[in-house]
Amino acid sequence: MAHTEQRRPSLQERWLPHPLMTLTLIVVWMLLLNGFSLGGLLLGGVLGVVIPMVTSHFWPGRPPLQAWDRAAAFTALALWDVIVANVIVARLILFRDPATLASRWVRLPLELRSPEAITILAGTISLTPGTVSCDLSADGRALLVHCLDAPDAEAAVREMKTRYEARLKEIFP
Amino acid sequence: MATWLEALIALLIVVSGIFILVGSLGLLKLPTLMMRLHAPTKATTLGVGGALLASMGFFWAVEGTVSVHELLVTAFLFLTAPVTAHFIAKAHLHLERKRDGGERERLPETGTGSGWSTYDAAPQAGQGEEGGAPREG
Amino acid sequence: MIEYALIFGFVAVSLALVMNLWRLLQGPSVVDRVLAVDTMVINTIALIILQGMYQGTTLYFEAALLLAMFGFISTVAFCRFLLRGNVIE
Repeated sequence: MAHTEQRRPSLQERWLPHPLMTLTLIVVWMLLLNGFSLGGLLLGGVLGVVIPMVTSHFWPGRPPLQAWDRAAAFTALALWDVIVANVIVARLILFRDPATLASRWVRLPLELRSPEAITILAGTISLTPGTVSCDLSADGRALLVHCLDAPDAEAAVREMKTRYEARLKEIFP
Repeated sequence: MATWLEALIALLIVVSGIFILVGSLGLLKLPTLMMRLHAPTKATTLGVGGALLASMGFFWAVEGTVSVHELLVTAFLFLTAPVTAHFIAKAHLHLERKRDGGERERLPETGTGSGWSTYDAAPQAGQGEEGGAPREG
Repeated sequence: MIEYALIFGFVAVSLALVMNLWRLLQGPSVVDRVLAVDTMVINTIALIILQGMYQGTTLYFEAALLLAMFGFISTVAFCRFLLRGNVIE
């Protein structure tokens, strides 16, 4: 995309374009080493600075993440839901006759607009058992979700909207 | 090693074994592909996550070494499972695009004026709306 | 106690792998087979981890990590091939 104004990038934009990615890279490097050493941390730091710099053209925008405490709360909620709902689906698979399952397609109209937020929403919906997000409408305003057992489609959509989308809207304004 | 810790680790291993089994049973038993997709992407992922946690606890309790590799594998599996499911569903929808009585006829309308992205192109990306249609994967 | 739990885990994962293999052979559609292969890879990771615990060595984790990555990439490549007819445009 052509920029109309030619602006000198600031020092941070040039050397540390994505602080979050730098941090993630260092943490992943330390996990990969499976032990703490000063040399490892140093090399991780170098990698964490060099990789975002070299690849910064691939990531033009930054995720508009705000409200870290809410993001952490959302992660905890999603993890808990994954465990609880997995037990429910395990019961469905084991003890229900598959012919009686009310499996259906559901359309989830999206209020979220930022691609990152939609990606996280789709991922959360996929990981919470009973629902898999399958497709996005071509203009990115509705999500196609398949439910394993949803006798009431309206209720399933309402739950996804209030439980996940409303929270994500607070995190990604 | 403390007995309760041992019991906890054993319990974790058994539970994750059950989840892995249930995921594969669902893959075998459920009648349609879309229903089958539910079982392995989630139950199996959770099962492997449990086994990894158990392994972390095991090496901490038995060997006394803190092993954090498992966290990396778990995080990777949990990040990639939705992407895999999404891609498989898209491939399924794409293969069903022409068949009579296929999955395409059962899909709901998008309600937004354009079709689902597996079948329809994005409406002229990059005009006004930033980035046009967001895509995953 | 852990010994018995591990043996149960081995049996469970092996049974799961046999079920996946059945789905892989049976199909019916090609997407089913891709899904079966993907599940098999994840189950194999579980098997490797159980084996690591059984032998008391962390040496296998690199293998598990590599398998996780290759499994993901190959599934995505398969699906992309089905969607577009080629993998790299």
